Amino acid sequence: MGAKVVTITSGKGGVGKTTTTANVGVALAKDGQKVVLIDADIGLRNLDLVMGLEKYIVYDLVDVVEGRAKLRQAMIKHRQFPELYLIPAAQTRDKTAVSPADMIQLTDQLRGEFDYILIDSPAGIERGFRNAVAPADDVLIVTNPEVSAVRDADRIIGLLEANHKEPGQLIINRLKPEAVRRKEMLSPEEITDILGIKIIGIVPEDENVVPSSNTGVPVTLMEQSRAGQAFRDIARRLMGEKVPFMSLDDASGGLFKRISRLFGGG
Amino acid sequence: MHDHLVAIKGTKDGLLVQVSPTEEWNSVTADLAARIDQQLSFYAGARVTLDVGSRPVRKDELGSVKALLERRGLALWAVMSESKTTIDSAQAMDLRTSQPKSAVPIQSTDMPAPSSQEDGTPGMLVKRTLRSGRSVKSPGHVVIFGDVNAGAEVIAGGDVFVWGRLRGSVHAGANGDSGAVVCALDMTPTQLRIAGQIAISPVDKRHKPKPEMAVIRNNRIVVETWE
Ligand SMILES: Nc1ncnc2c1ncn2[C@@H]1O[C@H](COP(=O)(O)OP(=O)(O)OP(=O)(O)O)[C@@H](O)[C@H]1O
Ligand SMILES: [Mg+2]
Repeated sequence: MGAKVVTITSGKGGVGKTTTTANVGVALAKDGQKVVLIDADIGLRNLDLVMGLEKYIVYDLVDVVEGRAKLRQAMIKHRQFPELYLIPAAQTRDKTAVSPADMIQLTDQLRGEFDYILIDSPAGIERGFRNAVAPADDVLIVTNPEVSAVRDADRIIGLLEANHKEPGQLIINRLKPEAVRRKEMLSPEEITDILGIKIIGIVPEDENVVPSSNTGVPVTLMEQSRAGQAFRDIARRLMGEKVPFMSLDDASGGLFKRISRLFGGG
Repeated sequence: MHDHLVAIKGTKDGLLVQVSPTEEWNSVTADLAARIDQQLSFYAGARVTLDVGSRPVRKDELGSVKALLERRGLALWAVMSESKTTIDSAQAMDLRTSQPKSAVPIQSTDMPAPSSQEDGTPGMLVKRTLRSGRSVKSPGHVVIFGDVNAGAEVIAGGDVFVWGRLRGSVHAGANGDSGAVVCALDMTPTQLRIAGQIAISPVDKRHKPKPEMAVIRNNRIVVETWE
């Protein structure tokens, strides 16, 4: 059966889908998995930048779909991990250049060769979202701990259910334990209480993320980065490992200890 | 003027589209598209009730009409039919449904209709959580087995029962029935309306969930323990 197709999506924009795709992809590759990342955010491509691969782009997803390039030609090999590839999005086209059926066909061609196919979805509920989730075996929904992002995540989960997909698993990104403790930010418990789906990862706000995206070296590769650790944990959970939710709260550990109990971690 | 396969009428609820019960579905949709295109600016933005009579319409067929309307800026809102297939298709797509020639029975996905024939009001049973962006509309009562999340709405001519948490918006007695009630196991709606009255939940986050019922007393909505 080959690869598992995992789509990373969100309702609200800018919550961290591209960051998650890059970091989880690199973490999987670092663990010896064969991985291909597909940037489905046509017109607003980003993943190549975050991966540090922009300068190697010759062909893109739309070139493949429209027959100007073979699939192989559009696959950019990562310099450090030879079994990690990126298929970039087109920058000058829009989402209608690709259909859900194209995405299914494309991933079917790749399934035999890879362990994981990660698809970076655009935000929202339009065509780009439908393209990205059409071939998905698993969907990861990224949200931030704020009411509007959670509301939009709820909408996405509803759409997945209406399309007979699994409701997906949740990634809470940019959590600030201190803000949660001050009740200025929704806690993971409050978020799961609203959404009623499983959490696969909680990623803290981390000042390393923005510079690392700019330099094209994902934080997964930074041993001390707490966000990097969270992304590595998500990769291991995707591979079926039971990884306890780490204690991010160095002051007391209280908040995250509670969460790990809640979700069956250590 | 040649014979049309569809008739388009304006009503107070939007556009009513009646389609020929026998003609090929493809021809019907093509005619509908052509008719709308002729007067696009006139129809744009309208919500559409589709009356297909006794014709059984599959979900994909209904989906194609929904898509063709949406591409033209119209919204498929409700479906009228005497066919169970059609009604099921419409409900699977979360459309409002009604059966024009008889009362609407309790519609349930997998529960048998109640056997004791009480002289009840028609209603609708929804056996899942309504997430943000979902809307359920019914001329009768609405029963939800699940939560109504923030960002979802229920609009009912009659009462609304939520066997779960009510966090979205509800309008009961939407046609003016001020005797309508709203019940929920945990009542923290974004907004609650009964007939012409509106209430907004107090911001009391750490309340203990308990079954409550909202009713109109002395021209305002009050919430009481539901027993
Ligand atoms: N855990 C984090 N800590 C700090 N900054 C973060 C974190 N996650 C993401 N960011 C920053 O937030 C911004 C948005 O992230 P990203 O581009 O991954 O979001 P997106 O969901 O892909 O956005 P879009 O909807 O536009 O595609 C980026 O500047 C990124 O570096
Ligand atoms: Mg992105």
